[in-house]
Amino acid sequence: MVSPDSLAQAEYKYGFVTDIEEETAPRGLTEDTIRWISAKKQEPEFMLEWRLRAFRHFLTLVEKEQSPKWANVHYPPINFADGVYYAAPKKDRPESLEDVDKELLDTYEKLGIPLEEQKRLAGVAVDAVFDSVSVATTFKETLSKQGIIFGSFNEAVQEHPELVRKYLGSVVPYTDNFYAALNSAVFSDGSFCYIPKGVRCPLELSTYFRINAAEAGQFERTLIIAEEGSYVSYLEGCSAPMRDTNQLHAAVVELVAMDNAEIKYSTIQNWYPGDENGVGGIYNFVTKRGKCAGNNSKISWTQVETGSAITWKYPSVLLQGDNSIGEFYSVALTRGYQQADTGTKMVHLGKNTRSKIISKGISAGHGQNTYRGLVKVMPRASDARNFTQCDSLLIGDQCGAHTSPYVEVQNSSAHLEHEAFTSRVSEEQLFYCQQRGMSAEDANSLIINGFCKEVFQQLPFEFAVEATRLLEVSLEGSVG
Amino acid sequence: MTQKTATRERRYVEAWNDAIASAPDVSAELRALRESAIAKFEEVGFPTARRGNEAWKYTDVAPIASADFDDLVPPLPVRVATEALDQHIMGGSVWNRMVFVDGHWVPSLTSLPSLPPQVTVTSLARAMSLHPHLVRDLGHYQSYDESGFTALNTAFLRDGAVLIVPHDTVVEEPIHFIYLSSSEGRSSVTQPRTLVSMGRNSKAAVIESYGALTDSASLTNAVSEFVLDEGAHLDAWRLQQHSAEAYHVGSAQVRLGRNSRFTSGAFDFGGAIARHTLSVALEGEGSECTLYGLYMTNGGQHVDNQVLVEHVAPHTTSEQIYKGVLNGKSRGVFHGSITVQQAAQKTNAKQTDRNLLLSDEAEVDTKPALWIYADDVRCGHGAACGKLDDSALFYLQSRGIDEASAKRMLVHGFANEVLDHVGLTPLRVHLEQLITATLRSSERHA
Repeated sequence: MVSPDSLAQAEYKYGFVTDIEEETAPRGLTEDTIRWISAKKQEPEFMLEWRLRAFRHFLTLVEKEQSPKWANVHYPPINFADGVYYAAPKKDRPESLEDVDKELLDTYEKLGIPLEEQKRLAGVAVDAVFDSVSVATTFKETLSKQGIIFGSFNEAVQEHPELVRKYLGSVVPYTDNFYAALNSAVFSDGSFCYIPKGVRCPLELSTYFRINAAEAGQFERTLIIAEEGSYVSYLEGCSAPMRDTNQLHAAVVELVAMDNAEIKYSTIQNWYPGDENGVGGIYNFVTKRGKCAGNNSKISWTQVETGSAITWKYPSVLLQGDNSIGEFYSVALTRGYQQADTGTKMVHLGKNTRSKIISKGISAGHGQNTYRGLVKVMPRASDARNFTQCDSLLIGDQCGAHTSPYVEVQNSSAHLEHEAFTSRVSEEQLFYCQQRGMSAEDANSLIINGFCKEVFQQLPFEFAVEATRLLEVSLEGSVG
Repeated sequence: MTQKTATRERRYVEAWNDAIASAPDVSAELRALRESAIAKFEEVGFPTARRGNEAWKYTDVAPIASADFDDLVPPLPVRVATEALDQHIMGGSVWNRMVFVDGHWVPSLTSLPSLPPQVTVTSLARAMSLHPHLVRDLGHYQSYDESGFTALNTAFLRDGAVLIVPHDTVVEEPIHFIYLSSSEGRSSVTQPRTLVSMGRNSKAAVIESYGALTDSASLTNAVSEFVLDEGAHLDAWRLQQHSAEAYHVGSAQVRLGRNSRFTSGAFDFGGAIARHTLSVALEGEGSECTLYGLYMTNGGQHVDNQVLVEHVAPHTTSEQIYKGVLNGKSRGVFHGSITVQQAAQKTNAKQTDRNLLLSDEAEVDTKPALWIYADDVRCGHGAACGKLDDSALFYLQSRGIDEASAKRMLVHGFANEVLDHVGLTPLRVHLEQLITATLRSSERHA
């Protein structure tokens, strides 16, 4: 029924290369590189200083060989001194969409991202990041009428330095981990979003990340601040051309939710996963963390991870405010030679805090999929509640599914439950579907979709459709 | 190893050179085993709680490593206080019993009333000198490559218990190994060793008890090896009831042959730091293991259970149920790991860890992990952590039961999920008494 030999590599349809003139930073990683990037961005002094502090910290980590080795992923050592840390389309950021380079518009067109406001995904404001810079942001004016700031990180640094200065590194300090330190030193652009007090953002905000350059890594930074009583739903998508070298993507995402605010963050990660022999693909080493700083605040992460050669990612929530809520919904698919070590951290600090973790891992081909999570209840977090469920589905006998949760409880009133289950698609279910006239392929697809349903339900409608399709395409040929 | 840690280990190496290296009447094999183990210990040393040392993430053994124990190679005590022995005796005159004090076998306290003649129960020291062929497997199952403690035990290997059950033999009555430290006013280090070898289609039950005749901050560093041949069936219970000042580190390695069955129960009540690693390798097709555990801590105790189950062959089944009751400022650690190798198709594995927190200052760290490399498997785990159910407590009180009794009843109910599987009545009664005594003593301290 399920045979690894039938595991054809489903086509990666975003694998094209955009032929566009790009400007890159000189190869290498020194203080001069940092200064070069900062100067390129015409950043205020405080940014350069912050970057340099991060860089010096990064150097000490490199010296002590403290790149993270605990994850269940394997790759040759990365020579950080040999990378290119900045690549951008040559033209300056255009004033309006009409001025955007045609090549770029075509690229996003091909990716199905409506920069030209074709209303295909009506009601979504998009910030498009191409390699190291943001190239276009749509619906800016509609949003600014309500006081919402949404656009590239670089613009925010220029126009709202006080906000950047206040919140940058407040959730993920540059000392947090190896890749966060690297990102803090060299990050080039990203998205910035500020929702003022009491505002419910009328549009879904979205950033589409595209890696195009062959050798440059992408190091973007996203910062979302939801003031008291506000709400925002934010979507993130990504893709990259098919190349036979590995590109590094080390992003940092910081979310801050004040009293009664809610942030919903959804990701569809579809970086190039490498070919059927495991050659090429993106190393996706990302630090994502939200802080429920205010009482009754809520942060919800939803991720669909189908791409990247290696994923190392743990979107987390610090539940600082009383009655705050953290959620994590994840579908991670590994096939071919993909490796994923992903999960979440829920740190309960405030009283009556709640967290929920639903993780679904699917392994096919030679894929290795690991859920790694931490639920920590601090001594003062009375009446904390957590529910965790992480299930894994195995397709073929060459893949692996692993679960490594950590539960640390320092308060007796906490109530925690963790469940995990691993199996393959049940033969009874398959038999039942086929007996009703479905093909084996359709039956598998139906069952796998059902397996992921709890997570897909969390996605905004258009994304849910896309995620379902993406999963089907990715698993084509793996089953049946 | 840093300079500072090296000095901690050097004391043991020196004691080894003085008392063990030159010891007469040992076979060449044992001498070689000890020598290679002490070399390994010198190399790896005591585990440290440094970053990245995943196996010791939650347990810092610095208090053990830097403790200045009086006797690293304690002699056989002249007089054994038998009155203190009574609390460790179970099964009256029916059970088979071997008693070890400070690591030495005490023949006068040993009784083997109900053994089939073909079964061998003897002390390791005697077996090594009289029947070396019986113990040639010693150290073959428990690798000392990774753990400094296991290397230390192997290096100081002098005595212990040996049980060899030949094929098609059923031992009806349990065999109880009691390991005690006596240490009148002195702290000592004992290194007990247990070797159980079960022949084809044999059956037996063993109990390992660890405790002390007088309270002291002694260290017991135990290693056990269990080997089950095809169709063998072994129940192995381990009871650790040291004083709250003592240190206990133990590890057991279990090898399961085709269609064999292994049931174990681990009961930890004592120890300032108690750490036990149980590794089970399901190497034969159709083998099964069921592993139970109950730990109850109080004061500043720290109890750490590591349960590592490796499914090597197809059609193997494992189940783990570990439960903890934590009081005072104590800390309970559980790490359960199930690994399913690629060949182990049709594996069925289950793992559960539940913890009851009775005080605000207690802490639980639990880490149930699954590492699965085969696809046709059913593997699941669950972990839960919480306090006593308020509504259950209220219900009992509304029926006129006072709060303390109601709490005791609920804790007993919680523990019964494990105790119900203890078929040996004397052991079960003993455990229930220990639970009651532990609860009462924590009520007094509360």
